[in-house]
Amino acid sequence: MRVLAAMSGGVDSAVAAARARDAGHDVTGVHLALARNPQTFRTGARGCCTLEDSRDARRAADVIGIPFYVWDMAEEFHDSVVDDFVNEYAAGRTPNPCLRCNEKIKFAAVLDRAVALGFDAVVTGHHARLGADGLLRRSVDLPKDQSYVLAVLTRSQLDRAVFPLGDSTKEQVRAEAAERGLAVADKPDSHDICFISDGDTRGFLESRLGSAPGDIVDGRTGEKLGTHNGAYGFTVGQRKGLDLRVPASDGRPRYVLSITPVNNTVTVGPREDLEVDVVTADRPIWHASSGVADCEVQLRAHGEVVGASVTVTGDALVATLKAPARGVAAGQAIVAYQPDPGGDIVLGSATITAGSRSLPAASHV
Amino acid sequence: MAYLDHAATTPMLPAALDAYVAAARALGNPSSLHAAGRGARRLVEESRERIAAALGARPSEVIFTSGGTEADNLAVKGIFWARRDADSRLRRVVASAVEHHAVLDGVEWLGRHEGAEVTLQPVDELGRVDPEAFAELVRAHAGEIAVVSVQWANNEVGTVQPVAELVAIAAGAGIPFHTDAVQAVGQVAVDFGASGAAALTLTGHKVGGPVGVGALLLGRDVSCTPLLHGGGQERDVRSGTLDTPGVVAFATAVEAAVTSREEHVGRITALRDELVARVRAAIPDAILNGDPDQRLPGNAHFSFPGCEGDALLLLLDAQGIYCSTGSACSAGVAQPSHVLLAMGADDRRARSSLRFSLGHDSTKADVDALLAALPGAVERACRAGAWKTPR
Ligand SMILES: Cc1ncc(COP(=O)(O)O)c(C=O)c1O
Repeated sequence: MRVLAAMSGGVDSAVAAARARDAGHDVTGVHLALARNPQTFRTGARGCCTLEDSRDARRAADVIGIPFYVWDMAEEFHDSVVDDFVNEYAAGRTPNPCLRCNEKIKFAAVLDRAVALGFDAVVTGHHARLGADGLLRRSVDLPKDQSYVLAVLTRSQLDRAVFPLGDSTKEQVRAEAAERGLAVADKPDSHDICFISDGDTRGFLESRLGSAPGDIVDGRTGEKLGTHNGAYGFTVGQRKGLDLRVPASDGRPRYVLSITPVNNTVTVGPREDLEVDVVTADRPIWHASSGVADCEVQLRAHGEVVGASVTVTGDALVATLKAPARGVAAGQAIVAYQPDPGGDIVLGSATITAGSRSLPAASHV
Repeated sequence: MAYLDHAATTPMLPAALDAYVAAARALGNPSSLHAAGRGARRLVEESRERIAAALGARPSEVIFTSGGTEADNLAVKGIFWARRDADSRLRRVVASAVEHHAVLDGVEWLGRHEGAEVTLQPVDELGRVDPEAFAELVRAHAGEIAVVSVQWANNEVGTVQPVAELVAIAAGAGIPFHTDAVQAVGQVAVDFGASGAAALTLTGHKVGGPVGVGALLLGRDVSCTPLLHGGGQERDVRSGTLDTPGVVAFATAVEAAVTSREEHVGRITALRDELVARVRAAIPDAILNGDPDQRLPGNAHFSFPGCEGDALLLLLDAQGIYCSTGSACSAGVAQPSHVLLAMGADDRRARSSLRFSLGHDSTKADVDALLAALPGAVERACRAGAWKTPR
């Protein structure tokens, strides 16, 4: 196959490209330039789009012995990922930009261009398995597993994706990079959101959305407990940074239960009020033949899994959880897995719209 | 393989390579006083004389540098500093809008850091500076212009500037004129003395010499403040131990390029005209950029409407055809060419461009190979051109 390897400048994508080449593919490396203002490349911010990363990717491609180009995807990235990120927060939801980048950039804009130019598939260094059976599975390295942010891919996107790292642990990938003489072998992982170089998400949102003071209210009594500078700065399940003026009557910490953009209100309550056991979601991508599944669901990146029965009908997915979950935020993905010794299989995913309790919590009055 | 990127760098001439290797075997710093030093100095000074003779300069006017970029920086900054320090009213720098970045970025730097007033002289749609407009600029600002820099020929679209006319206008107002002749030497007749220019840049690796050596021809009476301070080896204007083998090979190449210029130009022009005609026949909407007549004989530069130059380059590279989009990288990302934008092209057209440049070892087989691959690549790249449509 003629394949295009997306090379971020990190160790994973470099080893993925090298493995694709060893597997006999005709590999071309591409680094995606995602920052809109090229000057920001020079500030050396950590993330996936600095000039240093571009050089590291090019050096890795040279060592592997494949052609290498930089593709300017800044406009697409800005429109589909950064603006979406801001808009989602403004709408009171919690987006996952890595997922959106896979959905709209790597396996859409980049894949389309690659296919148009005669490539058969896109190779990335994601930690997930995609074997001959076409099923997307968790990586053998569970802490590094990235199937959650890939579950949004459709069948036709997966058919043109190659993930060469799914059977290896991160440690193995690093050791292999060193053996191959790739200088990125010991380059630290990037953790942060790549377009927020200082890691200050709230500051970034404030600079984009301005400050919008509003109330923080008690979910049970409706009492005003404090004020905030913008409801978008909060995520369901959050405890820190609430800065409440009125202490809780029971002296226990309060958590963000919901964000309501229409009246710019953040609703808080005790931990048990976060619990939900029914999750509804829209825009499902569903791979299983039946629309009903008894499976496990994961409700955020690196979150724990819970048993659930899932029903998919048309535009909606409803999951009834076998145990309550907390911190279920609209905008995040719900990903359904079928446990499997060969790696849990992704059945499908959808975007969470709401979480609720099928029965009122016992402590509710 | 078809190498159609001679404007980026051209293979070393066998004679230059031999001269390089022979000189590299010899020991000696040309500044040393002993016999080994004298041997090296002799090679350097003979090279200086050969370059001077080939280009109508005096030997003392040849300042060896590390290449075109350094020579451009030395001319623009050095002459600006010297003139401004002599007369504080002289703080305007004029350059054409289509200069190589080695001039343009130096000029912009003077604007940002040295209080220079920068005028970028526009060009017409063929890439030429209009002498009338230039004369008007000189009339309006004669008492403030420290230095003017207009290239002899453009490295992207190949347009040759009316240098003689421009120099005459500047000289009439007593303004020193620098010209970047990196692409011109060996392709058009270049005579420094006859041109009347105050300074002229050339570089080794565009004429069949090595990379990393070049020269500024600097008129004897032109003052120029050094960029590099040190031993003052080159007329106290440039310091650094000279690269004897590089200089010898450079001189060999310049001499050969100038001596064989007419024969080379005849052959290359015919080959280039064939390339242009065949590209136009195969891809009827291809647009030839630059001046159709006043252009470098080895240059063919096209826009392929609806295609991305980047995509074409990738597809041709995969088939062993080497060319260039001509656009510079800013922080690793290809920018639309400032040359095409200055010529009035919009962003899309600028990004749809590709340069094919021929050199001393180009053959009809290279043109055949290009034409075998190009139509398919253009068709494919145009299809991929739709990739930016929103989903
Ligand atoms: C017109 C022009 N000026 C200057 C340069 C820079 O010369 P060098 O590569 O020797 O630094 C080049 C070549 O890239 C050029 O084409």
